[in-house]
Amino acid sequence: MVKVAALSGRLATAKGGVALGSSLDAGIAVVALAPFVAAALAPFVHRFTGAYTGWLLAFVPASIFVYLLGFAQTVTGGGSVVHSMEWIAAYDINLSFFVDGLSLIFALTISGIGTLIILYSGAYLAGHHHQGRFLAYMLAFMGAMLGLVLADSLLALFLFWELTSITSFLLIGFDHARQAARRGAIQALVITNIGGMFLLAGAILVQQLTGTWEMSGVRALGDVLRESTLYVLVLICFLGAAFTKSAQFPLHFWLPNAMEAPTPVSAFLHSATMVQAGVYLLARMSPSLGGTDVWTNVLVIFGGVTLIWGALGALRQTDLKQILAQTTIASLGLLVLLIGLGSTYAIAAMVVYFLAHAFYKAGLFMVAGAVDHEAGTREITALGGLAEKMPVTFIGAAMAALSMIGLPLTVGYFAKEEMYLGLLGGDISTWLVLVVLVAGNALLAGVAILIMIRPFLGEALPTPKKPHEAPIAMLAGPILLGAAGIVVGIMPDWLGHDVLGPGAGAISGSAVESHLTLALDVTSPLLWLSALTWALGVLVYRQADAIRTVLRRIDNAIGWTADTLFDAVMFALIRFSGAVTRLLHHGQLELYLVVVFAAMALALFGPMLAWGGLDWIVPTAELGDWSKRLALPALAPYEWGIVALAVIGLIAVLVAPSRLVAILSLGVQGTAVALIFLLFGAPDLAFTQLMVEILSVVVLTFVMTRLRLDQRDHRRFEDWARDGTLAIMCGLGVSLLLMLVLNGTLDKRLSDLFTATSVPIAHGHNIVNVILVDYRGFDTLGEIAVVMGAGMAILALLRRRKGPTVAVPPKPAAKRSRKPRKAAS
Amino acid sequence: MNTVIFRTLAPLVVAIMLVFSVYVCLRGHNEPGGGFIGGLIAAASIAVYGMAVGVRAVRNALYVDPMAIAGFGVVLAGASGLLSLFTGSPFMTSIWLYLPLGEGELPLSTPMFFDIGVYCVVFGTLSAIALSLESDREEDL
Repeated sequence: MVKVAALSGRLATAKGGVALGSSLDAGIAVVALAPFVAAALAPFVHRFTGAYTGWLLAFVPASIFVYLLGFAQTVTGGGSVVHSMEWIAAYDINLSFFVDGLSLIFALTISGIGTLIILYSGAYLAGHHHQGRFLAYMLAFMGAMLGLVLADSLLALFLFWELTSITSFLLIGFDHARQAARRGAIQALVITNIGGMFLLAGAILVQQLTGTWEMSGVRALGDVLRESTLYVLVLICFLGAAFTKSAQFPLHFWLPNAMEAPTPVSAFLHSATMVQAGVYLLARMSPSLGGTDVWTNVLVIFGGVTLIWGALGALRQTDLKQILAQTTIASLGLLVLLIGLGSTYAIAAMVVYFLAHAFYKAGLFMVAGAVDHEAGTREITALGGLAEKMPVTFIGAAMAALSMIGLPLTVGYFAKEEMYLGLLGGDISTWLVLVVLVAGNALLAGVAILIMIRPFLGEALPTPKKPHEAPIAMLAGPILLGAAGIVVGIMPDWLGHDVLGPGAGAISGSAVESHLTLALDVTSPLLWLSALTWALGVLVYRQADAIRTVLRRIDNAIGWTADTLFDAVMFALIRFSGAVTRLLHHGQLELYLVVVFAAMALALFGPMLAWGGLDWIVPTAELGDWSKRLALPALAPYEWGIVALAVIGLIAVLVAPSRLVAILSLGVQGTAVALIFLLFGAPDLAFTQLMVEILSVVVLTFVMTRLRLDQRDHRRFEDWARDGTLAIMCGLGVSLLLMLVLNGTLDKRLSDLFTATSVPIAHGHNIVNVILVDYRGFDTLGEIAVVMGAGMAILALLRRRKGPTVAVPPKPAAKRSRKPRKAAS
Repeated sequence: MNTVIFRTLAPLVVAIMLVFSVYVCLRGHNEPGGGFIGGLIAAASIAVYGMAVGVRAVRNALYVDPMAIAGFGVVLAGASGLLSLFTGSPFMTSIWLYLPLGEGELPLSTPMFFDIGVYCVVFGTLSAIALSLESDREEDL
């Protein structure tokens, strides 16, 4: 069942694929599933360990991180690891995992930052009543995210993709007593789930076009998708998924609203994981879908707009978390733009920028949370001089901000260098992209300086709480991540060989040589572009307040945003469904029945007329010969008697002077039908029919006792004519259909099989019963479940009719209290 | 409806009907009958009994809620199908066991338990509905 294979990441070129043992392989699945197990245990762990829950649970992501490091050697050698488990064998669907440079960078980021976040959450929510639940959601989200980046099967990818949406819904709405949190959660769920549907459609399309669910298999096929006539459709599906998840303009608005989540959630989901899933998907599909003009244009344009939009949005805000959320939108735009460019430099820049962003953004979010936690506010205008009181937090913030600005000796520097490198000396459109990049980076640098200086330096302002240093669990994240941003920044060789090479190689599909160096070359235009960016960044910082005023004025002038549009659409949807419900669910039983029987008549006559069924029953040639058609069947006198009974019953229903008589007459008619069944060799049917008739008479009588039994219903002629017509149509339709069936030759294969095998293999002489309980027992099981469900619905209706206001006095008998219906009523 | 004659005869009729319903259910595999019809007969008997002695008395006599009987039926039917999984066969493969019993033998099978499940569902659901309809007058729902 477990297939063990080691594939080379670059199937055609690399020779260095290292075969790995099966134990290591199966571990990938464990990596993706272990957090879910931990999540299930988290509430119990919290109950027993209290304040130490965070420290204890952090071992799970930490050990995953260490375990994943074990793959590093294989992956940097150009290899990849595959693990596949049987999932739905009937459809040849496997739960397959795949680790190459790209997956490994993402997975290490997720588990590494995840460790710090779990630690941080333990301190941030210390003493919170639902901390166990929160950590459970966090770990489940981490599992979903790890599964997403490690999955090879498109369906597994979709599954984990949706799981991230659902867990993020739970996390954003964690503080569910607040309306804003609920709204943010629902909005994120709606938008990302629309993307999920796109992804599912795309996955199915790809499978139909290539015949494989595995993305590694699709990549190996090369240009199949690009050359397909459905290429644009496939592209739309994947872009729809990626743009919603990664908050690209104009679908970005859910991300700022998701800031209603507790800060650890934002630090984890909205920096380096959840929102990066879209970027990951684009990078993953880049070898199969990328490189075309459509791809480049769409990604570069959307990414560029998102970059500038998010960077400007950040300057508009004063809330630290909102500022960071907007810069995340900008960074996501930047990453999408780089993937769209698709050149070796752009891809290399994307990989390095992803890493740099993960380090500094998660760190800054944690800093924002720590400031909020200890000073009581996140308003940047209300904060100042915190560096004295919270020096360690300040160091963490500064290290992250320096990387965000992109100064030398940080990893952010290399990201910026690399993206400019690919754009030098191109045509006019390349220059345009370069201008956008410089502008975006400058704006982000300005924001970074703002975040670093405004709350921490300058005059100390009074805050709601007396600020003091955060606990160590909350400092570990910013400090370690900030330090990582610097340490990686001074090791360009390692960064180039162990991160950039495998990561960019996996995206572009060919080996990528690193050329990162610490040396500053004053003759290179790159340095001057960087210097320009920094200078502009300082300018933006100095004018931040003025820019904010202008941007807010523009906002007010426009008056509406994508956010308000979303609300309008949602309300329109609710109103529309309300209108549809009122139209279809009008509550008039009579009309329901008219619709049901009219549809039945239509279903009976439509096909019969369309395919000339009537002609088959009565060939037009024989129409003249009426006597032949009118010949009476040869029935014995007692048989005529039963037929007469049925007719009498029918007429009695129609002319009955009171309701009671009508009900009883209907019973007479039904009994006559049962007798007919009995005469013509269907004893089971007759038996059942008889019992159903008796019971329906009883039940109808009960129902009617609520009305008046001794009355006759006076109906308007129009109603009478309409119902009569429908009744005749349905009756005639069924009769004609039966005649049609009898005219054809019956396919007797099934009945022959049942007759032949009923006794030998099913040990029963009553074939009808054997069919019901054995041959098609599964159907019967469904049917009895439906019977019971219908029964419960009827009981609910009956109970409702009595009205909830009717107070039933409590019954003293102990035996009664066990009956749910009594308790409920 | 509550004449003395009816009230006196009803328990007898109901008893006969109930026994007959079980008989019909069990013979169903070889003769006309089966769980569905048996359940209908039993439900009809409950309805008759309810008319005669009142809903509260019927509920006390039944001891468990009729809907619980229906639920038990669905579970029993499903569980009888699950049994075959232990033999490595697909869901709902029938298993037969012939118990030697003196001279003859007693055939037990999973379809039989399945049919009893059907009986319980039909009996429980229809009794519950019938009793609810009857109880309207007694303010006992």
